[in-house]
Amino acid sequence: MTTQLAPLPVVIPLAAAGILAGLNKFTPRRLADIVSILVSAAVLGISLDLMNAAARQPILYWFGGWTPRSGVALGISFAIDPVGAGLASFASLLVLSAFVFSWRYFESVGTLFHALMLVFLAAMCGFSLTGDLFNLFVWFELMSAAAYALCGYKIEEVGPLQGALNFAITNTVGAFIVLTGIAVLYGHTGALNLAQIGRALGSDSSPIVIVAFVFIMAGFFVKAAIVPFHFWLADAHAVAPTPVCILFSGVMVELGLYAVARVYWSDMDGPFAPHRMALTSLLLSVGTITAAVGGMMCFAQQHIKRLLAYSTISHMGLMLIGFALLKPAALAGVALYVIGHGLVKSALFIVAGILLHRYATVDELRLHGHARRLHVTAGVWVFAGLGLAGLPPFATFLGEAAIEDAGEKAGQGWVWVVFLVSAVLTAGAVFRVGARVFRGWGTRQKSARGSKEIADKPETTPSRRGVPPQLFGPAAVLAALALAVGVTPGVRGVAQTAATRMADAAGYQAIVLDHASIPVNPPPVEHVFPMSSVLRGVVATGLALALAALSLSRYWRREYIVFKPVRGLISGLQQVHSGHVGDYVALLTLGVAAFGIVLPVLMKLGL
Amino acid sequence: MSLLPFAIAAWLFIIGLYGVVTSKNFVHLIMCLVIVQSSTYVLLLAIGYKVGGVAPVFAGVKVGTPAVDPVVQALMLTDIVVEATVAALLLALAVQAQKRFRTLNPDKLQELRG
Repeated sequence: MTTQLAPLPVVIPLAAAGILAGLNKFTPRRLADIVSILVSAAVLGISLDLMNAAARQPILYWFGGWTPRSGVALGISFAIDPVGAGLASFASLLVLSAFVFSWRYFESVGTLFHALMLVFLAAMCGFSLTGDLFNLFVWFELMSAAAYALCGYKIEEVGPLQGALNFAITNTVGAFIVLTGIAVLYGHTGALNLAQIGRALGSDSSPIVIVAFVFIMAGFFVKAAIVPFHFWLADAHAVAPTPVCILFSGVMVELGLYAVARVYWSDMDGPFAPHRMALTSLLLSVGTITAAVGGMMCFAQQHIKRLLAYSTISHMGLMLIGFALLKPAALAGVALYVIGHGLVKSALFIVAGILLHRYATVDELRLHGHARRLHVTAGVWVFAGLGLAGLPPFATFLGEAAIEDAGEKAGQGWVWVVFLVSAVLTAGAVFRVGARVFRGWGTRQKSARGSKEIADKPETTPSRRGVPPQLFGPAAVLAALALAVGVTPGVRGVAQTAATRMADAAGYQAIVLDHASIPVNPPPVEHVFPMSSVLRGVVATGLALALAALSLSRYWRREYIVFKPVRGLISGLQQVHSGHVGDYVALLTLGVAAFGIVLPVLMKLGL
Repeated sequence: MSLLPFAIAAWLFIIGLYGVVTSKNFVHLIMCLVIVQSSTYVLLLAIGYKVGGVAPVFAGVKVGTPAVDPVVQALMLTDIVVEATVAALLLALAVQAQKRFRTLNPDKLQELRG
């Protein structure tokens, strides 16, 4: 029964999108709203059901009935495990909240917006559920095409146009790099099914396999916004409509990392078995750099959406660190972190959207003290900020603690420092914005951007009357969910089982190719986190609050000698983020080359 | 199997990227992107090519006749379709840039930075 549901998360939204786009001229706006909300709710329900069923036994669906014969898969399959179905559910939850939010928010959009969002949803679901490498690429491209169009929705302004072009060009280059990797891997193994590739590779770590993996990994890292492939993200987020930002930051970027993890765990764990340390060292350093660059750029912003975008980059670095440990326990931590981060970040973006709705700007300095009367909205902002800092018992804390715990066991006990720094910088920036905008703390400053300021045209007719519940409702619910997930008993067990399942390449191959039925591993015993990780979460939040307070005080603006190198570093970083697409692609190419050189060198050194 | 097609694929990839990085015109830049994409066509076809193989149409052909790999051809066709969409979208954005802001130069279309 459940197997028959497998294609529906893709089929339903695609069909609805086609109908909405075709009847664009005749569909009243409210009808499109209702249809879209119902469709995304239905997809959420089906994906949750799939996740439940997949927890017992992964679900296989062969399109057209092309089941594999004697271990050769010619057909295309959806191979649904709890992680994939969980991501599909999460994507549909965020799409649902984006639709609820845009009920009142977006007044000028036609129904084409709804059609694009539904295509985006279908592509994200297909991307999470597929078991075929080329199919993964096709969903990736469909997802990207919908995302480019959504990003440039307000095409009549310079900003969205530039942001959409930068986004589309860099991500298309990334897609070609992925495709090259897929072609090389197909040439080597003769297979496109992930399970069959894994079986064909075995423990073959010939140079061509490493090259293919570097291409696939680097290409997906463009989507995952890992330094130095991240430049498009801030531009795209600063200009995309708020409901779209929710999806970009909350789930699309994370799907880039999911693809790398999926390919690694189903195909590359065998080839890399003797070289795990090399891959771990490379990815740990890249993740650390990403977390640091994102955090510093985040703190330096005054454009609130751009600030949140850089915070996403920083948190992607943290998730990459979790993946880099190459342990199922750490992967479980990443899964929890993705959910916690996606929920609080979406809530923060919605609040930014509310500010844009009321005051027609999201410049922190211009908004100084303007939003004193939005008490509920301010509460949601600070609450989500606490979640971003990883305060126990938010879901972000659970993820962070699991990753740190796995790091300690893998001899990488230092990773908590990166988590701490990232949390202090990003949550500190969020608290600073909150204090300035909602309380009017700190001295009033002229917006330094002056004429260069990003024009924030309101997406609605600004209204001074209260904030309607359709606007802050989704934000409050999402932020509360981040806490609820964190306190749900057994959630870590579920994540752990799901991650173990994803990391079991041999089991995956047997299920997909040999129609085997692999019994579920009993849910591992949940051990209590050491007091130290709880303490770290509290300390990070405290330090973030302290940093926010310091940055608003009069001491911040004095030219102390210790600030000098930091300021120099940040202004250097800002110059690299030039907004010029040619620079972005050049750095992206250098990044791929660096990966291709450093990884083999590390492997040779046996690190 | 000759290495020439692979060398051509690599060359197209690199020269296309060079064009994307240095371009001063969005239409030119998008064409360079299409050249990068052409490298993936050449690569895919080269991977599936078999010396002496027939086209993969098996009606009236003896069993065991060597044929070129049809899978990569299907991949390439899909690739063309997908990328045609993206190229059309990008060109539409470029048209908007010219219409509304009278420029196709990435250096002139600068609002976001830092």
